[in-house]
Amino acid sequence: MNDNGALTKRIVKESARLLQEPVPGISASPDEHNARYFKVVIDGPGESPYEGGKFKVELFLPDEYPMAPPKVRFMTKLYHPNIDKLGRICLDILKEKWSPALQIRTVLLSIQALLSAPNPDDFLDADVAEKWKADEKGAKAIARDWTQKYAHEH
Amino acid sequence: MADDDQFDIDTDSEIDDDDENEESDDDTGFFPIDEPVVYSSQSSTTTSSAAAQIPKQTKGTSEQSGNKYSTSINASNNHPQDNNFEYVVLSQDDIVKYMVECIKEVNEVIKLPSTTVRLLLHHFRWDKEKLMERFYDPNHQDELFRQAHIVNPFKRPHLQTQISSSSHRSTRRQISSSSLSPSSASITTTTTTNPLRPLTEQTCLICCSTKPINDMAGLECGHTFCIICWQQYLTYKIMHEGIGQTIPCPAKCDILVDDRTVLRLIEDSDVRRKYQHLITNSFVECNRNMRWCPGTNCTNAIKAPYCDVAMVTCTTCKTSFCFQCGQNWHEPIKCKWLKKWQKKCHDDSETSNWIAANTKECPKCHATIEKNGGCNHLICKNQSCKYEFCWVCLGAWEPHGSSWYNCNRFNEDDAKKARDEQDRSRSALQRYLHYYKRYHNHHESLRLENKLLEQVQKRMESMQQQMSWIEVQFLQIACDVLRQCRQTLMYTYPFAFYLKRNNHSIIFEQNQADLEHSTEELSGYLERDFSQTNASLTEMKQKVQDKYRYCSTRRKVLLDHVAEGYECDYWEYNEGF
Repeated sequence: MNDNGALTKRIVKESARLLQEPVPGISASPDEHNARYFKVVIDGPGESPYEGGKFKVELFLPDEYPMAPPKVRFMTKLYHPNIDKLGRICLDILKEKWSPALQIRTVLLSIQALLSAPNPDDFLDADVAEKWKADEKGAKAIARDWTQKYAHEH
Repeated sequence: MADDDQFDIDTDSEIDDDDENEESDDDTGFFPIDEPVVYSSQSSTTTSSAAAQIPKQTKGTSEQSGNKYSTSINASNNHPQDNNFEYVVLSQDDIVKYMVECIKEVNEVIKLPSTTVRLLLHHFRWDKEKLMERFYDPNHQDELFRQAHIVNPFKRPHLQTQISSSSHRSTRRQISSSSLSPSSASITTTTTTNPLRPLTEQTCLICCSTKPINDMAGLECGHTFCIICWQQYLTYKIMHEGIGQTIPCPAKCDILVDDRTVLRLIEDSDVRRKYQHLITNSFVECNRNMRWCPGTNCTNAIKAPYCDVAMVTCTTCKTSFCFQCGQNWHEPIKCKWLKKWQKKCHDDSETSNWIAANTKECPKCHATIEKNGGCNHLICKNQSCKYEFCWVCLGAWEPHGSSWYNCNRFNEDDAKKARDEQDRSRSALQRYLHYYKRYHNHHESLRLENKLLEQVQKRMESMQQQMSWIEVQFLQIACDVLRQCRQTLMYTYPFAFYLKRNNHSIIFEQNQADLEHSTEELSGYLERDFSQTNASLTEMKQKVQDKYRYCSTRRKVLLDHVAEGYECDYWEYNEGF
């Protein structure tokens, strides 16, 4: 089976499209040494506590891609119930809901959407989730504060 | 109806394939099982538990010896709970046949392709009646298919039925020759418009390659992908994620991939075998009335008409287990309490042994403290407690004078109160350990008696120089009785642990003591080497027979009493332990 050839074709196509028609508020470019490793910057969505911040994300396409989901992690520290201290993301399409019909583009859009709409009921970081549920205003203030502190340098 | 014809053929051919390909991993044969399990003819027929209980004798002569000893053995097994529980032992092949039968049975009524029926049955955990009930509820049929993640076969475009007829079949390419043909047809009708029909190339959404339409495949939902991507996708799901029955269409739609499609697309024999294992697994595990035999390396399953607390015995590996919970047969204790007990043992026993021997509790906050040196003036390290107390008497430190090293405070009220509390928790632990140790002892003995059986069998061979084969069988029976008694005794301890004390629990304990005593004696007889004793072989035989008959009777008495207690609500439980 010439899976490698076929896979590369998909990755090349996806990369090219990401560069040619980038998703608004998201920039993604493959690493010059490794075409499976992407450096991504996601702008904090408007009207969210992350507004104005620029969040660095790393995205890696494993050998099994697109049968297996990409591995994605936040490099910038942020206060969010579905993202833990190591930047790991709790998102169903990155796990059991992954489908090979999804793409890097759709994954990044979902992550952007997760910033707009945190889901404290399906949390990854228990402390943040608890705070979020008990005192949403306070939690958002912390998130805003962290965005100021960590997501403003480039 | 062309439809019906086709489906009839479907089911038939599936069953035929199955028969033909039992040993070979052929194309369409559903479930070639690696090692056909050989078992005696009795096993495949329905056996009542009493019949299955006839002690394990070497083949051929079982009838004669069965007659000779049947009275005593039946007496030992005739406890009320498993009297009328009928069940069948199924080998891997039988499981597959049974699954195909189930599908066929439903098929004959609802007339849908067998692969659809399989998905429907899986959705209803193989409960045929429930499926029928929902299927013929016209208002909810649509919902039913949606919930089961299947395209409603009655809502397919009209064109559909014509396409699957034979005239079109010949024009279709290989992989779509049967079950895939309607699907690809529906793709053309749903995703693209008819004028585009002569389209010869399509782009696969997974690999982004453009391929001839012959290399594309899809389910009835209409999403198509190239065959290579399909193979990779299915292989990944089966081998990496271990999903068989519930693989969805790769297009993030929730329509499930049916078995026929999988087996048609996957060529690798390892993947096929794993897939078939996953399917049988989910068939047995989802089926309320089936249980895997828990015996080591045993691949059989037991099928019963309903789920109940009853002892079932695998005909291949001879493992007896509770049909309801799948654990070893645990009469007299109920599944619920056994589960609780096992959890407790798992959490507690080893650790609590050590704790009991080496630590004391802080009299105030009950933190466990190990004293590894220093004086007897203890300050609890628990930051919220910091209680100061005497290690010897566990009373508060304050009233201890300068003469505290002798701890003359033994009768002080404070110290007494503290000790009382400590005593209470300690005695609870003692109580648990009492039952646990006995439970564990019998457990160990039971394990060792497998060895004993080997020794006894050797001895039986040597004894046959003086006695006939039939005459030495009493030893085999004695071993079987011993094992049964041990197993029962083992479970009497957790049963008693949860029991509240009343008149019946005292009777129970007496029964237990009696059975335990006689079981140990029987065990002693069997350990002894007969050739070393002065008594003649016939005398010894008489003794052993008397003993095992007595044990059997005592076991029955104990179990009957417990069963009676369940019926008449004698038993009260200590929920708190």
